[in-house]
Amino acid sequence: MTARQGFIGQSVVRREDARFLTGRGQYTDDISLQNQSYGVFLRSPHAHAKITSLSTAAAAKAPGVLGIFTGEHFKAVGGLPCGWLINNIDGSPMKEPRHPILADGKVRYVGDRVALVVAETVEQAKAAAALIEVDYDVLPAVIDIASANTAPAAVHDEAADNRCYLWQIGDKDGTDAAFKTAAHVSTLTYHNNRLVPNAIEPRAANAFWNPSSDEYTLYVANQNPHVERLLMCAFVLGIPEHKMRVVAPDVGGGFGSKIFLYGEETALVWASKQIKRPIKWTAERSESFLSDAHGRDHLTTAELALDKDGKFIGFRVNTTANLGAYLSTFASAVPTILYATLLAGQYTTPKICCTVNAVFTNTAPVDAYRGAGRPEATFAVERIVETAARELGIDPAELRRRNFIHEFPYATPVGLTYDTGDYDATLNRALELSDAANFESRRAASAAKGLKRGIGYSCYIEACGIAPSSVAGALGARAGLFEAGEVRVHPTGKVTVFTGSHSHGQGHETTFAQVVADKLGIPLDDIMIEHGDTAKVLFGMGTYGSRSLAVGGTAIVKALDKVIAKGKKIAAHLMEAADTDVVFEDGQFKVAGTDKMVPFAQVSLTAYVPHNFPHDKLEPGLNENAFYDPSNFTYPAGSYICEVEVDPATGVVRVDRFTACDDFGNVINPMIVEGQVHGGLAQGIGQALLENCVYDPESGQLLTGSFMDYAMPRADDFPHLVVETVKGTPCTHNPLGVKGCGEAGAIGSPPAVINAICHALGVKDVPMPASPHNVWKAIKASR
Amino acid sequence: MPTLTLTVNGTSVSREVAPQTLLSEFIREDLRLTGTHVGCDTSQCGACTVHVNGRAVKSCCMLATQAAGAQLTTIEGVAAADGAMHPMQAAFNQCHGLQCGFCTPGMVMSAIDLVTHHDCSSEAKIREGLEGNLCRCTGYQNIVKAVTQAAAATKAMA
Repeated sequence: MTARQGFIGQSVVRREDARFLTGRGQYTDDISLQNQSYGVFLRSPHAHAKITSLSTAAAAKAPGVLGIFTGEHFKAVGGLPCGWLINNIDGSPMKEPRHPILADGKVRYVGDRVALVVAETVEQAKAAAALIEVDYDVLPAVIDIASANTAPAAVHDEAADNRCYLWQIGDKDGTDAAFKTAAHVSTLTYHNNRLVPNAIEPRAANAFWNPSSDEYTLYVANQNPHVERLLMCAFVLGIPEHKMRVVAPDVGGGFGSKIFLYGEETALVWASKQIKRPIKWTAERSESFLSDAHGRDHLTTAELALDKDGKFIGFRVNTTANLGAYLSTFASAVPTILYATLLAGQYTTPKICCTVNAVFTNTAPVDAYRGAGRPEATFAVERIVETAARELGIDPAELRRRNFIHEFPYATPVGLTYDTGDYDATLNRALELSDAANFESRRAASAAKGLKRGIGYSCYIEACGIAPSSVAGALGARAGLFEAGEVRVHPTGKVTVFTGSHSHGQGHETTFAQVVADKLGIPLDDIMIEHGDTAKVLFGMGTYGSRSLAVGGTAIVKALDKVIAKGKKIAAHLMEAADTDVVFEDGQFKVAGTDKMVPFAQVSLTAYVPHNFPHDKLEPGLNENAFYDPSNFTYPAGSYICEVEVDPATGVVRVDRFTACDDFGNVINPMIVEGQVHGGLAQGIGQALLENCVYDPESGQLLTGSFMDYAMPRADDFPHLVVETVKGTPCTHNPLGVKGCGEAGAIGSPPAVINAICHALGVKDVPMPASPHNVWKAIKASR
Repeated sequence: MPTLTLTVNGTSVSREVAPQTLLSEFIREDLRLTGTHVGCDTSQCGACTVHVNGRAVKSCCMLATQAAGAQLTTIEGVAAADGAMHPMQAAFNQCHGLQCGFCTPGMVMSAIDLVTHHDCSSEAKIREGLEGNLCRCTGYQNIVKAVTQAAAATKAMA
């Protein structure tokens, strides 16, 4: 596409910032409706228990109480659906136990929803919740994922071995055969630690039923309001979709945790009609820790077979994935489709086989968290490659180069086709930027201080732009994964763009406007980007999987193309020229080869004041929409290099330098892209060094239930991060040539950090998080 | 209920307030100044940071009645009367120091206190000074950049 104004590629400062910087953002909890009431959830104090009796009589008489709702009220409605069907190796479908809105007879994790109390104030609702009498018959809890299949207790009766599915991808026999011919085999067994997403805005919802129109409105902190509406209406509550409006206003971060349909907002919507009042619920942070869908939590053994030249000939991965107590919206896809399909990494490994044992446990549901499966895949690949390099005494960068894919398109043995890439380019640039050549002198300087320095590499690839619907459907998706966009040109030439993508920090109001401004040749100030309201936006699949620009942006481009095509016909009529002679450049419709031209705003005015208009050929108006379903995933890739200093006396790890070099294809706004990488890196380095969600293995109590106990990364945990986006290889199958940048940092960084620590200490493995205690234990074990 | 009188963003305010009301609740629910956010329940995240008598305070750690007679400034009162952004707000905008915007008001209030009352002569000192505010989006890098820029501007003005 032409970029005459040159907004594309410029670090335009964000248009949305002003409201956030002055306190005028409007998040869900900021919205209070007339006659507002407040909801509080009574939650299970036990990991696994039968509810033997439940009495709300005393609570119902408490001051201010408007209604109390329990599982009994929701017996007639559907359970929360899972959007992805995964089949077992034998072809049978996964187990899908009912995921109730409120517990019906049993609780299955600490924090499971037992009752909703609605009152005039939050304090009254809390006080009443304390008066609900529940008798529990406590059952043994299934917490440890390694022994979940043989645990004496079952989380769900229909899965006696606590297995949701046993799934496999790749050529098992071929992979096994490759291992028989291997000159070297490297093996690692590790736990990819469980994380809590912790968007700083807690989940919140405010539901309202209008008795006049019989319509519902739900304000909710959510990343995909149309999906939320579809799932809640069609699968759970049976509300006609056209009688339900979902608004996701300003949303304070998501990272995956606000994709899903949760029981809380579903209960609020249903109850709002019962009490005929709007009900607001905002999670307290401790409630978020207990009830937001968590991330990661894989137990994996990875084995890499190499020939005598250091070429990878086989990769075998066995993973037990924790799904928690219930199947959350996309839970089943994360450790399968979004994980094992990425196990080729950047390499030509010809034989790969991955087996995934997905288990239920008495813990909060586990689902997509920034990267969703791809960080786990990258960790498997990049840890085992580095381990092999260290075991064989080959420079880790060199071993990677020997195995890089160089010819595109490249069909991997695990189902994907990479369209383009240049992995040497990002690795070489990262080596330069990190001054890896002088590592040994820095290592000597650290040693002189009694510190151990190490360097670690990670060359990641991810699949973004989710997703070609036909491919996703063949893999078990129960939804389409296209995106929708609408361009509404007003009579004066001002433009409102409606997108099904949702922005909760990504800066769409700026980047999407840059695309529109260049395409239409109009000022940024003439463009408004609307998102997050099902009453305004025609449809949308929302924001996750780094898909907004690659899929949502492309839908907008397609709608813009339609606007321009119609505009040309109107302009041709005005200029008395043939349609085919009209070109559109710099915001002007021109007759090619002449000086005849009409500006964009004159054409838009003509479209709405059609006194002189080709009525025989066109309808008035200038408003176009488009749906875009991608033909392939996009494949961002890059190289990250981490250098750490470890104090062997204390086990304290300090990240001394971190270099990230990414290929995102074309970049619309470099400043925003860098910001996305910074944030991803902080979450990835946080996973490697700090964050860990821990349940007591016996009682199933959440031991890391607050910011006092769960180590969130803070400003002084990081060095200045060196981040560069290479000119790169544009995506070959979308018109913007973009790939997506939202998750890369979180995907690529954890193995780089752990590789660096292992190198520093000369040990094979250090568990995540590499806390001083874990590092100190690794040092002790190596002596 | 006791009556609380204080100055909020330059205007005198008197309200009846229950004695157990937190300052953060008073600001959000009674005054409906919703720019001050609540991100946790253990005084760890700093999203609710405001200025009480010119110093940064996590407003979830104070009872509203403890602010009697105080000069309270919230994020809504930081910009100039004509709407011009405070140098710290401008620096956050120019340096892309915010993404989702939820931690931003508290971050800006802390940062203003930091450059006004503390040593901001190095990146390490700024990072240490921001330790009481959590951000999940930015990785802090562009926040540090913004504070560095605003600190230099503040020093130049002094």
